[in-house]
Amino acid sequence: MKNKPNDLILQTVTTMISFIIILFSIHLFFAGHYTPGGGFIGGLMTSAALVLLLLAYDIKTLNTILPFNFRMMTAAGLLISVLTGAGALLFNQPFLTHAYDYFELPLLGKTSLHTAVLFDIGVYLVVIGVTMTIIQTIGESE
Amino acid sequence: MSLLHLAILLPFIAAVIVPFLFKGFRSIHTGWFVLLVPLALFIYFIQYMPVTSSGQTVSQTFEWIPSLGINFTAYVDGLGLLFALLITGIGSLVVLYSIYYLAKEKEALHNFYVYLLMFMGAMLGVVLSDNMIVLYMFWEFTSISSFLLIGYWYDKERSRYGAQKSMLITVFGGLSMLGGIVLLYIMSGTFSIRELIGMSGELMADPLFLFAMILILLGAFTKSAQFPFHVWLPDAMEAPTPVSAYLHSATMVKAGIYLVARMSPVFAESGLWLWLVAGFGIFTLFWGSFNAVKQTDLKGILAFSTVSQLGLIMSLLGLGAAALHFDTLDENMYMTATIAAVFHLINHATFKGSLFMMAGIVDHETGTRDIRKLGGLVNLMPITFTIAIIGSFSMAGLPPFNGFLSKEMFLTGMISVFELDLFNLNTWGILFPVLAWVASVFTFIYSIMLVFKTFLGKPQFDQLPKKPHEAPIGMLISPLILVTLVVVFGFFPNLLSNTMIKPAVEAILPSLPAAGQEVYVDIYFWHGFKPELFMTLGIILTGTLMYATLAKWQGIYNRIPERFTINGVYDRGLDGSESGSFKLNEFFMTGYMRSYLIYIFAFFVAILLSTLTVSDAFVIDTSNLAEIRIYEVVLAIVLIAGAITILFAKSRLTSIVLLGVVGYSVALFFVFFRAPDLALTQLVIETVSVALFLLCFYHLPEISRKEERMKFKMGNAVISILVGLTVTLIGIASFSNGQIFEFESISQYHIDNVYELAAGGNMVNVILVDFRGFDTLFEICVLGIAALGIYAMVNFRGVRREKR
Amino acid sequence: MEILMSIVVGILFMSAVYLILSKSLLRIIIGTGLLSHGAHLLLLTMSGLKTGAAPVLTDGVESYTDPLPQALVLTAIVISFGVTAFFLVLAYRTYQELGTDNMEEMKGNDSND
Repeated sequence: MKNKPNDLILQTVTTMISFIIILFSIHLFFAGHYTPGGGFIGGLMTSAALVLLLLAYDIKTLNTILPFNFRMMTAAGLLISVLTGAGALLFNQPFLTHAYDYFELPLLGKTSLHTAVLFDIGVYLVVIGVTMTIIQTIGESE
Repeated sequence: MSLLHLAILLPFIAAVIVPFLFKGFRSIHTGWFVLLVPLALFIYFIQYMPVTSSGQTVSQTFEWIPSLGINFTAYVDGLGLLFALLITGIGSLVVLYSIYYLAKEKEALHNFYVYLLMFMGAMLGVVLSDNMIVLYMFWEFTSISSFLLIGYWYDKERSRYGAQKSMLITVFGGLSMLGGIVLLYIMSGTFSIRELIGMSGELMADPLFLFAMILILLGAFTKSAQFPFHVWLPDAMEAPTPVSAYLHSATMVKAGIYLVARMSPVFAESGLWLWLVAGFGIFTLFWGSFNAVKQTDLKGILAFSTVSQLGLIMSLLGLGAAALHFDTLDENMYMTATIAAVFHLINHATFKGSLFMMAGIVDHETGTRDIRKLGGLVNLMPITFTIAIIGSFSMAGLPPFNGFLSKEMFLTGMISVFELDLFNLNTWGILFPVLAWVASVFTFIYSIMLVFKTFLGKPQFDQLPKKPHEAPIGMLISPLILVTLVVVFGFFPNLLSNTMIKPAVEAILPSLPAAGQEVYVDIYFWHGFKPELFMTLGIILTGTLMYATLAKWQGIYNRIPERFTINGVYDRGLDGSESGSFKLNEFFMTGYMRSYLIYIFAFFVAILLSTLTVSDAFVIDTSNLAEIRIYEVVLAIVLIAGAITILFAKSRLTSIVLLGVVGYSVALFFVFFRAPDLALTQLVIETVSVALFLLCFYHLPEISRKEERMKFKMGNAVISILVGLTVTLIGIASFSNGQIFEFESISQYHIDNVYELAAGGNMVNVILVDFRGFDTLFEICVLGIAALGIYAMVNFRGVRREKR
Repeated sequence: MEILMSIVVGILFMSAVYLILSKSLLRIIIGTGLLSHGAHLLLLTMSGLKTGAAPVLTDGVESYTDPLPQALVLTAIVISFGVTAFFLVLAYRTYQELGTDNMEEMKGNDSND
């Protein structure tokens, strides 16, 4: 990308669209337990938004917008998943046994809270972390 | 997990700690810490003596893999305890000796003691396990630790050669033994030795019995260095001398003896067992002693002498097992043989241990073990000389030492083979006493050689690498204790008879005491003017005569050409298998990935197609097919067209676009097949993948297909069409079979319980995060690994170059 | 439908194998991509297609399509993405180090460690 073409329209549109995609991906992630969606799809959708940003701008801009260490994110996701699984051991249950219950929460009303969501957050983070690590690594290498 | 189990595992635990002690306490020789382990264990096992001598046994079970019948059952009876005491007793002495033998400044002591402790634990496990699989596991552990100890000075070429040889031979035997164990399990359904003994009658009738017996014997014979597997033992002498004294004379090589003794009640009702054990034993006795005389290395002599003595014990066990075969206990004959076997086992450990330590002292103080260079050391090393003379006279079977007593009993046993006409073969039966006598003559000769050529004769100190002097007192303690035992057991053999020998004999011949027949052990010096006495006298006379004329007949040893010795066969076999496998590898490992892929695909097609035809599995069931819509046909055509045009695409961009077409078509198919999650995932993945491809194009060249020839293309086409065809057939067949046999899908459980158990609605996601969470966990691990791999490939590229 | 899909899968496999056997690294990677597409469709086909509603719990629906193969395929899609990415980077690093993307020229020899 030596001679930078003028892609102002692309950049403006991308900024808006990727924001919408990320919101949608978060919706997909949380809805995954009842309707299509879940950690994998949510994570992939988020990464797709980030990839779009990357294509519209360049890798350096993306790094300044999102100063995350994506490898750390992968590790954190894995750790969350494993710990969620291991948590069941504390209650004398087999590894990865999930539990859920219904709670009255302010604003949301009666809500079911589920440890599987924690596990799924791990999956979500790993998927984003992995995809972005791959893309960043390839994009940065000369 | 009982105290007994802990006792067996203690050496392993200590082995973990030893390296830290070595690093932490540099000024103290690590051996002092290690010494505590065998000492404590020896004291612990002594406590079992009253138990076993009153005819009782102790058994503790610790469940390991109960579903397979594999339990760590520690079992102490007379035989096991005898070995446990030998292992820990000799072990303590050897560790004490090694403290002075191995200098703490120069040697890698942490390695040495880790191996030694590992061996000690493994050996205890072998002799105290009732379960054959556990026994096998410890058995292989002894092989491995022996390998490591022989190769301790791994920078010496001979050490590596000896280590490899012992490993190959003993592990070959170990694997054979495993085969035997499995056969026994197939026949009986149990791995427990005690249960096997109870079933020995039924086992006899089984057609597999013979194979099991031979396989188990292979294990025992390789471990105990019986002819023709004895070749590894002389080469094992490259190990440090404490190791030779411990593993290769007193304990490990006796594991085979132990196994034969332990398995006697199972197998000995078969007459063949007697023949094999006694026959191989007596021939090994002869062959070992015959070859010992030609050796010039002190440890070489001792190695062949060990081979021969092991053969002696083995032959005695074979004869003693006849008691089970004939179901009677003839006091003169079978019992004497078994008692002699056990007694000689103890005696051999004492005198051979002391002799090895003596050889180590000579080596340490003079710098050589070559008897051609040694001589006249008696004035310089009087204590070592005393040790040597007691040890070798006991080995030669001279009174008043313990070797005399067991040798005398051995001769009694051998004569009675002939007298009792045991094997119904007069002509062959006579070979036993004859070989026994000849072997004893050679034993006498090399025992005398050992002392006279080293300590007497003309001093030639100028040939020695070091100026010889008496060893430090610490090094002398252990052999002195051992020779004291040689003398004590010589004068008071009955110290052992009721405490050690009787329980052990009862364990080897368990059916006899059970039937009310008393095992009666009484060992005495004077047998009267019996043939044994004259045989001993004959041995001494002939031996002295032959020793005096040694130079005249020594030439016969050079008559056997190197090619035909067992060592020659072993070496050529090793070279042959190496070059043979290299050639075989060269033949199909071409180095081209395409060849390997062709093998894989060829096997894929061959195996799947042949399975389909052989099991008549190919059926087409059209009764329950899903209906086809017209748009699905169109999509299928698009997909097929995309997939095929990729083959002819000239540029990489076209290829990627076409791959995208295929990917998005697949996503659409997922929509038609009512898989919304899949469709979503596929769509996003496809998008991200295309981005990825485009990023990589920056670094990759354009596709070039100029060099592809017609033949190359045709070959590829044939293979790919075959694979495609196979997959189509498999797809149709597996669907149709599922319909015809009405297999019930296991996912009904998931469908039924998705709300009750997981409080979810989307079954696919619930399966992913809940029902089959493990799969997902591993999957994200794989993803993480892939990302790390990519990161490493790109960012750590300089490392290798910098090294150069 | 299942028979049609089996044929489609067969053709996908055929193209994939042909590509994998060729010399160019990039074509090999595209081949592995096709191969995983084929495998995913095969998994679904073998269990029977369109046997009920989408596997999302809905009131009044009795029969659903089998969710288990779908879960398997979902896992497989994501894994195959990881594998493709890995291959791509492996390919371009190989090209950078060795200066060729021709598999025939990448035969290891004894002097190379």
